[in-house]
Amino acid sequence: MSFVRNQWYVAAYGTEVGRELFTRTVCGESILFWRTEAGEITAMADRCVHRRFPLSEKPSHLVGDTVVCGYHGFTYGADGGCVAVPGQTRIPRTARLATFPVIERDSFVWVWIGDKDMADESLIPRAPWLDSPDHTTVCGMEPLNARYGLLVDNLLDLSHETYLHGGYIGTPEVAHTPITTEVDDETGVVSVSRHMDDAQCPSFYAKSTGIQGRIVRWQDIEYFPPCLYLLHSRVAPVGVYPKDDGTDTDGFHVEVVYAITPETETTTHDFWAVARDFALDDEGVSDFLRDSNRTVVLQDVVALDKLEQVIATEPENYQELSINIDTGGLAARRILKRMAEAGAPQKQVAR
Amino acid sequence: MTERLVAKLSGPTVFRVVWLPGSDRLRGHCWCGTPHDSEDPVELWEWLLAHPGTHGGHKSIDTPEPAPDELQLAGSPG
Repeated sequence: MSFVRNQWYVAAYGTEVGRELFTRTVCGESILFWRTEAGEITAMADRCVHRRFPLSEKPSHLVGDTVVCGYHGFTYGADGGCVAVPGQTRIPRTARLATFPVIERDSFVWVWIGDKDMADESLIPRAPWLDSPDHTTVCGMEPLNARYGLLVDNLLDLSHETYLHGGYIGTPEVAHTPITTEVDDETGVVSVSRHMDDAQCPSFYAKSTGIQGRIVRWQDIEYFPPCLYLLHSRVAPVGVYPKDDGTDTDGFHVEVVYAITPETETTTHDFWAVARDFALDDEGVSDFLRDSNRTVVLQDVVALDKLEQVIATEPENYQELSINIDTGGLAARRILKRMAEAGAPQKQVAR
Repeated sequence: MTERLVAKLSGPTVFRVVWLPGSDRLRGHCWCGTPHDSEDPVELWEWLLAHPGTHGGHKSIDTPEPAPDELQLAGSPG
């Protein structure tokens, strides 16, 4: 699957970018990030225009609001423009780094990959829980040696929890409960819902909420292709539902957020975050959820890395089999294909 | 109990696929309201995504919305 261009992607957590040069590759673009002295994030090509030395590599460094190439000293401002070259006063007209629209939102650093004129920040999907005072969030990012579509498949079909994550977040009811799948033809948003009225409580929720016994467990996925995935998870003791007025003080709510960012055609940045509306100040719960979710993510990473190896060696036109549990993943694939085709004419990043 | 409705998206152009209770069949609804049953989600999505082309992208006035009880049933444990 080719990259979907003309889209916003999560490149980093805001906390990863500071007054040190930082790089991350998004959709094949090596991007340099740093903050100005005023705290504004910049995003520009991580290649000196002179001899392509990566500006994120030492001894490249920041001097005030300029970055100095560690190879020959080409110096660039926050707008990507070259302000100094070695040994001469004339600065070549083309000495300018490509820059990328960049926005900090909901603790993420979003970059626009594609035609800069189309970079409408109102298109960025939201995950407001991640920096809300009403929630406590644990988060991380794991490198995935697999194409991003495999992670989309994985997250849109949570029946795999029963088998791949048994004992952590998987119980028999997940795979055995039918789903409802929706796609908004206009926005491309994919929704997959699985509501379990009488389920085992996996350790992930039993230890974090303190619930003893069986539970109502709702999994409501919203996928905003290509990058942002939200799993609205509600657990409560069996028989406990939201009140008729919509309030839900007796339910425990966990917002599981993934940002699925292609690095290359066959590698992916797997950002994950878990925001909860209970035990907000309990460090023990934070530590448990961080360790548990990272364990689960790494179980996926191992499986998807292996799957990528399998795909790389299989004959073309291998026919896989899809069943009902794949309804959401199949919808996401079609939306992504449509988006990739729509963005196909935009071959070059705006410079 | 309206909170237990599994349907989540509410725009005017939402395709919806429910898993018919007690069977292995899926029932899809184009956002115009027209239903289509299938046991193959690949075939079902091909049908759904192509269907707006058959009604010019307009909502039909002759076809009903999915019945609410159908949506509720889809969320029951199997």
